[in-house]
Amino acid sequence: MSRISQTISSRQAEGRKVLVPYLVAGDPAPSLTVPLMHALVANGADIIELGMPFSDPSSDGPVIQLGSERALKAGTTLKDVLAIVAQFRKTDQATPIVLMGYLNPIEIMGYEAFAEAASDAGVDGLLIVDLPANEGDEFFAAVRPRGLDTIFLVAPTTSESRLASICACSTGYLYYVSLKGVTGAAITDKADIRAKIEHLRSITELPIVVGFGIKGPDSAREMAALSDGVIVGSALVDRISYLQPGKVYTQDQIGETVALIGEMREALDA
Amino acid sequence: MSEIKTVGSDKAQAADPFSGPDSHGHFGRFGGVFVGETLIAAVEELDRVYSSMATDAAFWAEFDKDLKYYVGRPSPLYLAERLTKHYGGAQIVLKREDLNHTGAHKINNTIGQALLAKYMGKPRIIAETGAGQHGVASATIAARLGLECHVYMGAEDIKRQSANVYRMKLLGANVVSVESGSRTLKDAMNEALRDWATNVDNTYYIIGTAAGPHPYPRLVRDFQAVIGREARQQSLEQFGRLPDGLVACVGGGSNAIGLFHPFLHDSEVAMYGVEAGGDGLETGRHAAPLSAGRPGVLHGNRTYLMSDDAGQILETHSVSAGLDYPGVGPEHSWLKDVGRVKYVAATDKEALTAFRALTRMEGIIPALESSHAVAYAGKLAATMSPDQFLVVNLSGRGDKDIHTVAEIDGIRI
Repeated sequence: MSRISQTISSRQAEGRKVLVPYLVAGDPAPSLTVPLMHALVANGADIIELGMPFSDPSSDGPVIQLGSERALKAGTTLKDVLAIVAQFRKTDQATPIVLMGYLNPIEIMGYEAFAEAASDAGVDGLLIVDLPANEGDEFFAAVRPRGLDTIFLVAPTTSESRLASICACSTGYLYYVSLKGVTGAAITDKADIRAKIEHLRSITELPIVVGFGIKGPDSAREMAALSDGVIVGSALVDRISYLQPGKVYTQDQIGETVALIGEMREALDA
Repeated sequence: MSEIKTVGSDKAQAADPFSGPDSHGHFGRFGGVFVGETLIAAVEELDRVYSSMATDAAFWAEFDKDLKYYVGRPSPLYLAERLTKHYGGAQIVLKREDLNHTGAHKINNTIGQALLAKYMGKPRIIAETGAGQHGVASATIAARLGLECHVYMGAEDIKRQSANVYRMKLLGANVVSVESGSRTLKDAMNEALRDWATNVDNTYYIIGTAAGPHPYPRLVRDFQAVIGREARQQSLEQFGRLPDGLVACVGGGSNAIGLFHPFLHDSEVAMYGVEAGGDGLETGRHAAPLSAGRPGVLHGNRTYLMSDDAGQILETHSVSAGLDYPGVGPEHSWLKDVGRVKYVAATDKEALTAFRALTRMEGIIPALESSHAVAYAGKLAATMSPDQFLVVNLSGRGDKDIHTVAEIDGIRI
């Protein structure tokens, strides 16, 4: 059983929900990412989704685009992202890390080289936004033998026939996109999300985590009630945007930046 | 682990390399559908609709009728005698797409796609634009069909192409300034994709070039192939034979694939795609992914791209906004790899020289994009004999560029 599956099933056994914060690696500077990750764990994060910055993040809304731009401006490369994971792993062997991003940087590094480096660094799962399951044969052949989970998005518009094939290719968890649009937009149709997730439950036993549009403790609690947990990205990246790349911060200051995650943890456990 | 559906180039492409794309949108290893799950349903719907329309005689009859009476097709094939004399060598024959309604080849595609939008019952269309030609062509057809139209344009390009911005507004379109990334065409395309993911129920996205996720490279090519079909027939009628070579500029590559595609099986016809060499390939400041890039994935397809060693997309440079794009349509990547088309580059300087030559010698002011094709055709013609002829795609007219050229000349107009 992968570290991701173990983490989720132990939360389920405790009757708790999974809290998955997303941040962009290297935003606003590579040196701040590892302290931020530790602070997220201290505030109750169960899994961390670490964004691999890309110049053209066409599935992301303005907040995460800017996070990506800040990380690139600070010179963050895919190799740096993997180094960040390796450094985090030196002191935290328990918290699963999922790398989320776009395919091109991985294509340029090469699938085999990437899979080996990700596995060595201590990455647990991969979510490549612009790589649909049916385009991924070569990629899967490189990453699966190394025990990396492959996570996919399910959208409100995903057809019935695709649902089956996505579930078949997914390991770890399913990422249910709560809205039509990009990351950080507003959730409008809760009844539809409830119905879709109930339907998903009838075709898969994979845990279902909801993301895109969860802004605070209230929406986290509402979405978690329908699912196994929530992903929070834009709301956190927005807070991280107040950090200055050249400045030195104490761990307390870093903790304040991610206090939102602690509030969401409390809301989920209440 | 269940078995994953294998996709890749099919047997038909092994037998005939020019039969692509396969049913999953692949031209060999290029093309495909690389978009987020939020857009998959939209591209699948479009693929279903277009697949049925592709063989629907009534659809194509309506398309042909619009091209004839609204666009003014067929566009002439014109022998440029003084330009030929100037360069010396093969005769230079211009395919006059600049004479189309709205002044460029772009309208061929927007008419086809707007018809699809109408058949699909989508009242709102969106488009991205670089030089503004595709934006104007989209706004034009939206006005004619009474559709709501939003055009995404990089803030940098809005500055360079203010006349086209105003034309779009006159036509009733909402022009959205894109401030992210390099604030040019690629960023406009990112923003249009975001809009589409958000408004997928009522919105049709008219992509302006033969790139993007399947089925766009296929359907844009099919709509632009009217250029090559006409040129082929006109060559036979006016010259009694097929041309010795075809020359077209390549940004995303829609005018080039439109000219080339109907000739792909004519092995005696050589083909040249001319990319934007900017300040010169050796400077790195250019927009020539086929000449100096590497394969990667951007905007829904695998194709040659300009990206750095870390896989980030590079900012491009060209005097012509319409060629200022770091990728290229996937069919061009395939035609490069199989060796059917030779891809070369012309610099800003060469394009400007050709712009002036054509203007002064033929009384035709070409778009800066098309001037790249003229520049290379001139060089090529000089190495050929006077009994040979080249068809050069004059993809657009240059009215939109006179401010850019005046500025280079230090003149304020």
